[in-house]
Amino acid sequence: MKLFNKKNTLSMLAVLGVYAIAGLLINTGFIDSYIFLNIVLIGINIILAVSLNLITGFTGQFSLGHAAFMSIGAYAAGILTAKLDQPFWVGIAGAALFAAFAGIVIGIPTLRLKGDYLAIATLGFAEIVKIIGLNTEYIGGATGLNDIPRYTTWTWLYFCVAATVLLISNFIKSYKGRACIAIGEDEIAAEAMGVNTTYYKVLAFTLGAFFAGIAGALYANYFYFLKPDSFGFMKSIDILVIVVFGGMGSIKGSIIGAILLSVISLFLQGIPELRMVVYSLILFLIMVYRPQGIMGKSSLKFFRKRGVLYANHQGK
Amino acid sequence: MEQLTQQFVNGVSLGSIYALIALGYTMVYGIIKLINFAHGDIYMIGAYIGFALTSFLHVGFFPALIISMLLCALLGVLIEKVAYKPVRNSTRIAALITAISVSLFLEYGMMYFVKAETRTFPELLPNKQISILNTSAVLDIKNIYIIFVTISLMLVLQYTIYKTKVGKSMRAVSLDRDAAQLMGIDMNKTISYTFAIGSALAGAAGVLVGTYYNSINPLMGVVPGLKAFVAAVIGGIGVIPGAVLGGFFLGMTETMVSAFGGSLYKDAVAFAILILVLLAKPNGLLGRNIKEKV
Amino acid sequence: MPIIKVNNLSKSFGGVKAVSNINMTIDGGEIIGVIGPNGAGKTTFFNLLTGIYSPSSGEVVYNLDKEISSKSFKPYKMTGYGVARTFQNIRLFKNMSILDNVLLGYHNNMRYGLLSSLFRLPSFYKNESKAYEEVLKLLEIFNLLDKKDELASSLPYGEQRKVEIARALAAKPKLLLLDEPAAGMNPNETKELTALINWIKDEFKLTIILIEHDMSLVMGICSKVFVFDYGTLIASGTPNEVQNNEQVIKAYLGGE
Ligand SMILES: Nc1ncnc2c1ncn2[C@@H]1O[C@H](COP(=O)(O)OP(=O)(O)OP(=O)(O)O)[C@@H](O)[C@H]1O
Ligand SMILES: [Mg+2]
Repeated sequence: MKLFNKKNTLSMLAVLGVYAIAGLLINTGFIDSYIFLNIVLIGINIILAVSLNLITGFTGQFSLGHAAFMSIGAYAAGILTAKLDQPFWVGIAGAALFAAFAGIVIGIPTLRLKGDYLAIATLGFAEIVKIIGLNTEYIGGATGLNDIPRYTTWTWLYFCVAATVLLISNFIKSYKGRACIAIGEDEIAAEAMGVNTTYYKVLAFTLGAFFAGIAGALYANYFYFLKPDSFGFMKSIDILVIVVFGGMGSIKGSIIGAILLSVISLFLQGIPELRMVVYSLILFLIMVYRPQGIMGKSSLKFFRKRGVLYANHQGK
Repeated sequence: MEQLTQQFVNGVSLGSIYALIALGYTMVYGIIKLINFAHGDIYMIGAYIGFALTSFLHVGFFPALIISMLLCALLGVLIEKVAYKPVRNSTRIAALITAISVSLFLEYGMMYFVKAETRTFPELLPNKQISILNTSAVLDIKNIYIIFVTISLMLVLQYTIYKTKVGKSMRAVSLDRDAAQLMGIDMNKTISYTFAIGSALAGAAGVLVGTYYNSINPLMGVVPGLKAFVAAVIGGIGVIPGAVLGGFFLGMTETMVSAFGGSLYKDAVAFAILILVLLAKPNGLLGRNIKEKV
Repeated sequence: MPIIKVNNLSKSFGGVKAVSNINMTIDGGEIIGVIGPNGAGKTTFFNLLTGIYSPSSGEVVYNLDKEISSKSFKPYKMTGYGVARTFQNIRLFKNMSILDNVLLGYHNNMRYGLLSSLFRLPSFYKNESKAYEEVLKLLEIFNLLDKKDELASSLPYGEQRKVEIARALAAKPKLLLLDEPAAGMNPNETKELTALINWIKDEFKLTIILIEHDMSLVMGICSKVFVFDYGTLIASGTPNEVQNNEQVIKAYLGGE
């Protein structure tokens, strides 16, 4: 348990190495703007998937509203950088904090809900956020928020992704993270061992939302333009699909899943009319043949066989 | 007052549609604990079948309604056999994503075949309006049809569930799946019937909406599907009277909110009500509270 | 000075009176047995002692560090009060390693904040390595050290029960509640467990209450036994006294 052991040093070098090499390729034009656009999308998806994994994969809180946290972050960053002329770091910090606050707001009331009911409440929350966005003049309503400065560079993107992955991995391997995993496994046992489940569920939502907010800021300041519709139900589903495809409760899985699914959807753009049809078939095949995901070994309690949840476990 | 009467009629009509779709959601959930996201799309396909029958084959309203219901029932059973059966024993979340994939497949498959444009339903019902109690509030013939068809279907459903063998198996399975299986209830058959009945109701709702609003498109199932699901959850998912209650409640509130100037926020209100109801009653208005035994 | 006082404690579920009007006092430093036929209300009694259910009437008062009434019980606060338990229907975190399961028991003894866990500040390393060492010691006591990295669900039944006890001990309780610790064990394992329970009582200076159907275990280590039947307390005393109590014999013969 040391900070500078061999493994840590090596992975630190690898992280910096990837950064430098890719940075060089981008600067010299080897990676053109089209490829870079897709790299940005992959990076944003990694942050979204890893942060949703904390909520759903590890803590077992089924959320269908992750895109709402992203949109709150995106709009916060958009307003801060475009309307208030703040620098990017203020935009990112504001995005993260606003989204985290939304995480608390949605976390507390929905604590009483479990499983599918929680999923639906988060879906409802996300729809409400979207509708409020559509009807708010200040941020452009349905026409959208324009002229956001393009601040998202390779450096910002890379270090935001790296920080998200590192901090969430650290968290998961701390006693607080173990408490979250324990809640996902067996809430009653976790409580009996002293875990304040209320606190940790809200914490998971808050942290997950915090990082989703950062993803939103990167998005806003790359695409100049925001529309509430971009953060609807389907976006939340897309993120969930990455998490499940990668493997619930596996950070590596979320990273690989984000990359693979982004690449798949890139290829599908070649067949615009059938894109969604083929995508739906791919989803279906994954769920039938690899429901535990790429990196998944076993599944958490809530996600086990349907019907077991309420079964009477009393063994006589 | 007149305005209120008028909105009441509209609210009941919209509520009927939600209730019909919500019933399918709730029945399927009751049996296999699956949020069948593709259900709203069956309703869309029901509308298209009705459209094809009436515009190209010039079939009348009732035959179109019945044929559409039958075909949707078939489609529902087929979807269950092809898509949901393979994931029946897999995780809940995998099943949910499977349902979403089916939903996308139906939406975009339809879009590929019939194109994205909105189609206009032929006028099937006499365009006649009756004024209510000599006020300026009017009752459209279409409203009467919708309410009449909905109530008849609900009575048939009620009979099926409480008086027939299939209905009894359905209730047994939703009460305690393992015990029902031990008692020799054929799961596959029960599930198929559930999908058939639920999908038929969605198909009926599709035809009704087509005739009522006159326009249909391949994504028309998304929002009403979601709303009907919300209605089912408000009423207590898995509980059949709950779906009806939730459907009418939601239809009514939405109409009232729109009528009093909040039309931009009507969808938000639906979801806000959902969240409030769940917070007050985590299993919905009529849902049973099942606590895990320690 | 008793450490637990139970006053007129009752709990009903709908029409079922699972626990009805129980009075008892329990002194510290002993091993107490709770026995009774199936459905007698023993587990419900434990759930009342640990805040999982709140009493329909009556109360439980602990006097471990300070006086605490069941009015302020919350499941997650119990380890903080010095009360830890195991479950009749083993509730391990199945997809976590044995090590992580027991580390989780240590939860309330961890002293570092959110920033330390995100950024691995020095207090993270200090706390985690201390917890790690203590947990290894516990695993050694239960002879589970070489299996520490296996998933909880991969262990045989008897060992899972041991992990649950180790997890409860990691919370450093003063009162340990064991719900049928020997269920599913063979006679040899039961014998071993009996000795172990006796040993940990002295080693960790615990009071232990255990529910058990295995009479050899109860008679072997309990200094006092409470007998439940249909939710009421029908007898209490030393194992010998209880064994010869007429009402107890009737309850068991009539119940089986
Ligand atoms: N959550 C609950 N809801 C309804 N009834 C319950 C609940 N918990 C326990 N009961 C009932 O209370 C009674 C006592 O149950 P309890 O589990 O306490 O018995 P027990 O003495 O532990 O039995 P066993 O030896 O079988 O474990 C039983 O009739 C049981 O069905
Ligand atoms: Mg018991």
